[in-house]
Amino acid sequence: MTMTADTPSTTATRIKTGKLRQARITGGILIALAALVALVFGAGSSGDAVFRLSRASDPIVVPNLIVPATAFNYIAAAALAFLGARQFLRGGVRWTSLSLGFGLALAVAAFLVWATAGKSFSLTGMLQATVIRAVPIALGGLAGVLSERVAVVNIAIEGMLLAGAFAGALFGSLLGGMSGVIAAVAIGGLFGLILAALVVTYRVDQIIAGVVINLFVLGVTSYVSSQVYQEYRQLNNAPVFRPIKIPFLADIPVIGPVLFQQNIFVYGALVMVAVATYYLFYTRSGLRARAVGENPKAADTLGINVYRTRYINVIMAGMVAGFGGAWFTLGSVGRFDEGMTGGRGYIGLAAMIVGRWHPVGALMAALVFGFADSLQQKLALLQTPIPSEFLAMTPYIATMILVAGLIGRARAPAADGKAYIKE
Amino acid sequence: MEIELRGITKRFGEVVANSDVNLTIRPGEVLGLLGENGAGKSTLMNVLSGLYEPTEGTILIDGKPTIFQGPGEAIEAGIGMVHQHFMLVPVFTVAENVILGVEPTGRADFLDLETARQQVREINETYGLEVDPDELVENLPVGIQQRVEIIKVLFRSADVLIFDEPTAVLTPQEVTDFFQIVTALRDAGKALVFITHKLQEILEISDRIAVLRAGKIVGEGDPKQLTEAELAEMMVGRPVSFDVVKQPFAPGETLLDVSHLTVLRENDEIAVEDISLKVRKGEIVGIAGVQGNGQSALVQALTGLTRIAAGTIELMGTDITHLSARQRHKMGMAHIPEDRHRSGMIANFTVAENMVLDTYYDDRFSKGLTMRWKQVNEISAQNVSDFDVRTTSVFEMAGHLSGGNQQKMVVAREMAREITLLIAAQPTRGLDVGSIEYIHSRIIDARDSGDGVLIISSELDEILSLSDRILVMFKGRVVAEFGEGGKPAEKNAIGLAMAGATQ
Repeated sequence: MTMTADTPSTTATRIKTGKLRQARITGGILIALAALVALVFGAGSSGDAVFRLSRASDPIVVPNLIVPATAFNYIAAAALAFLGARQFLRGGVRWTSLSLGFGLALAVAAFLVWATAGKSFSLTGMLQATVIRAVPIALGGLAGVLSERVAVVNIAIEGMLLAGAFAGALFGSLLGGMSGVIAAVAIGGLFGLILAALVVTYRVDQIIAGVVINLFVLGVTSYVSSQVYQEYRQLNNAPVFRPIKIPFLADIPVIGPVLFQQNIFVYGALVMVAVATYYLFYTRSGLRARAVGENPKAADTLGINVYRTRYINVIMAGMVAGFGGAWFTLGSVGRFDEGMTGGRGYIGLAAMIVGRWHPVGALMAALVFGFADSLQQKLALLQTPIPSEFLAMTPYIATMILVAGLIGRARAPAADGKAYIKE
Repeated sequence: MEIELRGITKRFGEVVANSDVNLTIRPGEVLGLLGENGAGKSTLMNVLSGLYEPTEGTILIDGKPTIFQGPGEAIEAGIGMVHQHFMLVPVFTVAENVILGVEPTGRADFLDLETARQQVREINETYGLEVDPDELVENLPVGIQQRVEIIKVLFRSADVLIFDEPTAVLTPQEVTDFFQIVTALRDAGKALVFITHKLQEILEISDRIAVLRAGKIVGEGDPKQLTEAELAEMMVGRPVSFDVVKQPFAPGETLLDVSHLTVLRENDEIAVEDISLKVRKGEIVGIAGVQGNGQSALVQALTGLTRIAAGTIELMGTDITHLSARQRHKMGMAHIPEDRHRSGMIANFTVAENMVLDTYYDDRFSKGLTMRWKQVNEISAQNVSDFDVRTTSVFEMAGHLSGGNQQKMVVAREMAREITLLIAAQPTRGLDVGSIEYIHSRIIDARDSGDGVLIISSELDEILSLSDRILVMFKGRVVAEFGEGGKPAEKNAIGLAMAGATQ
């Protein structure tokens, strides 16, 4: 074939788009991951990784998943390198996020295989823990969705979780588990009311109001637990809700233990996500709430009471967060410790953003964070060469990666964070 | 349904927005309410639509005195308002927007969107509106969004429809369509109020005209017996000249040379695509187009406020494509931004402080780390008197000035120094006639003294009266050129180009 004199093609005018840049960056990350997987996980592992899927006592026993570690990791590295090169060279614009997501999942799998090589590891156990640990994050995220959909930024979720945990332990110890849950929901709702009063009626800056509530709850609960509970230990000794097996469904291998042998907090979270989805997207009240979050002035001119809608939703958000807080005590250890929520409320807000302000999205994102959380917990048992302090960072690192990756793409309610001033 | 406003007065603290207004609105009739920005038209209609409570006076509906405790009650009474800034939720569908506030529901609060769609289709058919109930509002052009607002009002079975500056955001063709809808509504027996400051339109569509000035009704009449000049005099309170006096057109060398400019929005969508244009000494180039067709991005690219994806910009033969805003400013580029509140001034700064926002670093105004306030105040006082900025002193907060004086302050800052090229975006938006006349004369002075001017405006009349050459932007491209060398600058042809019609 002969080349004709090069005519400058007009279509090939190279436009520096953000997407192209992003594809390049993604490609670079994927190639770096490929190198990491090949050099560290591939070269550094030998033997088979055994993943247990069921226990011997289970009604239906499925065989273990046995993975030849070195081979698997080299294949994973090759796949990562392929995805990375494709992004880097071709700029697979449409597939950028998908490639990155798949690549990260592959890298995590390779990491797990490397850590397990020559040992055995209960995959089902980790998935079960994933769901459990996702509960407070999902409920925190759901609380965030409920209040931000009416344009109230809810930083106070952390404080509401902590207040719920505290009230759950106190009233659970005094009056029994169910009373603890009710008290937690009530105290969460109370802080929702306080937040709404501050930001809706008095138009305090929403971030500042949230931080004030967080500091207040942290201060009060820390004081009581360190001063009062030292003396009266019976006030901090609540019953823990046991898992409830759902007949038949609980016997399904892998899925059964993960989804149908859990305590009321897991079931409660799933039900709340479903109800909130119905409420926000299929009911009249939900339509009005979303309108208030997107264009409060329009809602006002149509006779919708903006202030009342915001109050109701923020109080509901508080109640959801209060319930989520009770998980820390009544759903887990039965005892309150200072600052035991450990920033789960903030991770919940991250889950809300990653989940694009949708209850189901927030739940899915919470599962990713729950996975990171349970990963660090279970890896500590496998005795990997990674110091446990680094492992404990996993959920926070996952938060940063996911939120950074989504910046600019998810769209918050248009009026989010702005006080509405009625004329 | 007949509505009578009797002795309506509305005060905001000291400010009297409406004073003793008497007005009747009758079914099957279009009442044109004419007045300048700030004359109190919107306040009056907000009183009627229940958003404000009148300080004094009564509203009679079919002879019965009525007090509205909020917009909900006015809607129930059958009064619907189509606001100047649409009250729509962009991420909702048409049907969702229409039903908001009066939603048909099934059991358990379930939204009955099917009924909603059906009703939207019925209204569509009755008045020939043609709006897809399932489309997201943010995907619709402005003209269609306005129809959504109309459907919203009709869905609430309104008998009185109030349109607040309905044509401000429409292309000339959309205005024609809109007038057809208005006529259809009138013939169906609705009472209509058409608020505007555009003389030609009010004469065309109204059956009766009332003129509002400084909160008072200063005249009422039959459009068949009134002329534009008479109406203008009633509206402004003095005779108005519509003619612009310019020196003969004698362009000099090229000042601004833009070639194949492409600009992207933050989300990578194309805002400006492959635009090439030139501005010469002593000419005014006007860029016409409906808002949102890339004009803002073009101005930002020219003034150095956004990144350029492709193409080059030259000013007086120097490549300025990658120069900063300040470097361009130093080369004599002046910029009147399209939104003075957002990017033209700081409301909480004094007039003097605002006057040196672009030159504060100059040795005249600062020395080392300290400001030389004496010089700043002197220059500002000079500019204030040169540009007829009405303010008590240069120490007045800019936010306390009227819109026209704020804009004159911005114009003074940009034009008081030695400039070569003026880029003026929406230089007279929302101003009173006096300020518009003044700013136009300053822009023409700049041209006559040999500066180049690029003026971007969505007011076609402004472009037509000022420009020597007119370019029309549509979807990020220049789709047509009028004036010298191109087609004659004829309003209809330009309107068609603004709507994207290619001849």
